[in-house]
Amino acid sequence: MCLGIPGEIVEIMADREDFAMVSVAGVKRAVNIGLLTEDEIQLKAGDWILIHVGFALSRIDEAEAAHSIKMLEGMGQAYTDELIALAQSDLASDR
Amino acid sequence: MRFVDEFRDAEKARVLSARIAALCEPGRHYKFMEVCGGHTHTIYKHGLEDYLPETVSLVHGPGCPVCVIPMGRLDDAIAIAEQPDVIMTTFGDMMRVPGGRGSFYDANAAGADIRMVYSPLDSLKIARANPDKRVVFMAIGFETTAPSTAMTVLRAAAEKLDNFSIFCNHVTIIPAIKAILDSPDLRLDGFIGPGHVSTVIGCRPYEFIAREHGKPLVCAGFEPLDILQSVFMLMTQLAQRRCEVENQYARVVPWHGNPKALRVIGQTMALRPYFEWRGLGFIAQSALQVRDEYAAHDAERIFSVPGVRVADPKACQCGEVLKGVLKPWECKVFGTACTPETPIGTCMVSSEGACAAYYNFGRFTRDRVKEATRS
Ligand code: SF4
Repeated sequence: MCLGIPGEIVEIMADREDFAMVSVAGVKRAVNIGLLTEDEIQLKAGDWILIHVGFALSRIDEAEAAHSIKMLEGMGQAYTDELIALAQSDLASDR
Repeated sequence: MRFVDEFRDAEKARVLSARIAALCEPGRHYKFMEVCGGHTHTIYKHGLEDYLPETVSLVHGPGCPVCVIPMGRLDDAIAIAEQPDVIMTTFGDMMRVPGGRGSFYDANAAGADIRMVYSPLDSLKIARANPDKRVVFMAIGFETTAPSTAMTVLRAAAEKLDNFSIFCNHVTIIPAIKAILDSPDLRLDGFIGPGHVSTVIGCRPYEFIAREHGKPLVCAGFEPLDILQSVFMLMTQLAQRRCEVENQYARVVPWHGNPKALRVIGQTMALRPYFEWRGLGFIAQSALQVRDEYAAHDAERIFSVPGVRVADPKACQCGEVLKGVLKPWECKVFGTACTPETPIGTCMVSSEGACAAYYNFGRFTRDRVKEATRS
C-alpha cells in the first residue's frame, strides 16, 4: 500500500466529479484526482500523476514517471500485487 | 527509457560514493536515519550500504505504517469485525499482521467477513452495494494515506452513506521523529526525510529538527541514486557546518506540500491526545481520530471497541528496530522463529518493514556489491 504508482491521464471524466481515466502499466483505470483539483494548472490528458490507494497524490513529469516505473518493475512481487489490486478495484463502475 | 538508464548508471553511484568518502572527517562516525520504509526497501535491495564508507551507517526509522500498529489496535479491529452484520475492509498488507489473538486472516477463517481492498473508495462501493451491512474501513498510514481516507469520509457524508465508517489508525510522522530525537538510545547525525509523506506535508514541518535539534534533514526520492545523493547532501551540510532542511526530491515534493490534502485531513480528523505505537509506546498527539462532525462515520463511536492493550511478545524486538537501535539481524528471533511466513513482529510482515526487507535482500548484497564495485 505504500507504493506510489505512476499513471498517465487519458481523459478527465466529465460525468464523474473528481475522477480521471488513467493508463497504468497499459491498463485503463479510474483514479480520483480530487486532491489535485486546486492546483494552479488544471490536470489534462497526457499529464502524469503518482497514484496512491486510488488517489492521485502528486503530479510528476514524464521523466520521473519513467524512473519510477523502471524501479517499480525491479521490485517484482510487491509491484505486481499492487497492479493486480489496482486492476481489481474498479472505482469507475458506480458512483 | 533514455532517462532511466542515465539515472541508474552504476558509474554515477561510484562517483557519489567517492565524493561521500572524501567528505568524511578522520575518526568521525556518521549515522543517518532513513525515516521511510520505502527507503529501507531500496537500501537493502540495492545493497546501498556497501557504497558507503564504513564510517557512514544508515539506520532504519519508524516509517512503515503497518509496522507501527500495536497489537491491541488489531485486536480491537477484529472485535469490530466480529460484530453482527459487519464487513471489515483493509489493505492487503494488514491481513497477516499478528495481533494478540491472531491476524485478520485468522479472524476471516473463523467466520468474520474481512475483505481486502486497494482503496478506501472500494470500501465505499461495498457499503453502497450492501445497505443492510455495516462496512468498516481499517484506516492506516501516515500523511500519505490520510488524505485518501479523508476524501472518502467526505464522500460518504455527502452521500449520507450511514453504513460506512472508518476505524481510524492514521499516524503522523513528526511526533515519531520527535520521540526518536528525544530517545537517549540513539545518536544521529541527520535524517533522510520521507518522500511520499512530504508530498503531502511539504518540507517545512521538518525545520524544527534543524533548528532545535541541530540535525540536517534531506527529503529523498526512492531511487538508489536519490538516496546516495541525499547522503552526499547531508555530508556536505555537516562538512560546511550547515544544518538545514533540503529537498533532494523536488521533482515530486513541493516545498509547501499539498494544501488541499492537508485541508481535507484537518476537516475530517483531529489529533488524538496520545496513541500507542508498536515498540515506541505512547506518543502524544501522534495520531488522528475522526472529528465530531463526522461521528456517524467513526467506527470507534458506532461499535463498542474494547480498547485492548497487549504487550508485544517477549521475543520481539521490533521497538528497537523501529527506533533504529538494533539492526534487523540483531533481533534474537530474526530469520529463525520470525520469518515473512511466520512473522512474530510487524517489521517482518510488510515489504517495507526493515526485517522483511533485510530478510529478502540484505543477506545477499554486501559481498556481492563489494565484488562488483572493486576496480
Ligand atoms: S525479527 Fe521479527 S520480532 Fe525481531 S524485530 Fe524483526 S519483526 Fe520484530
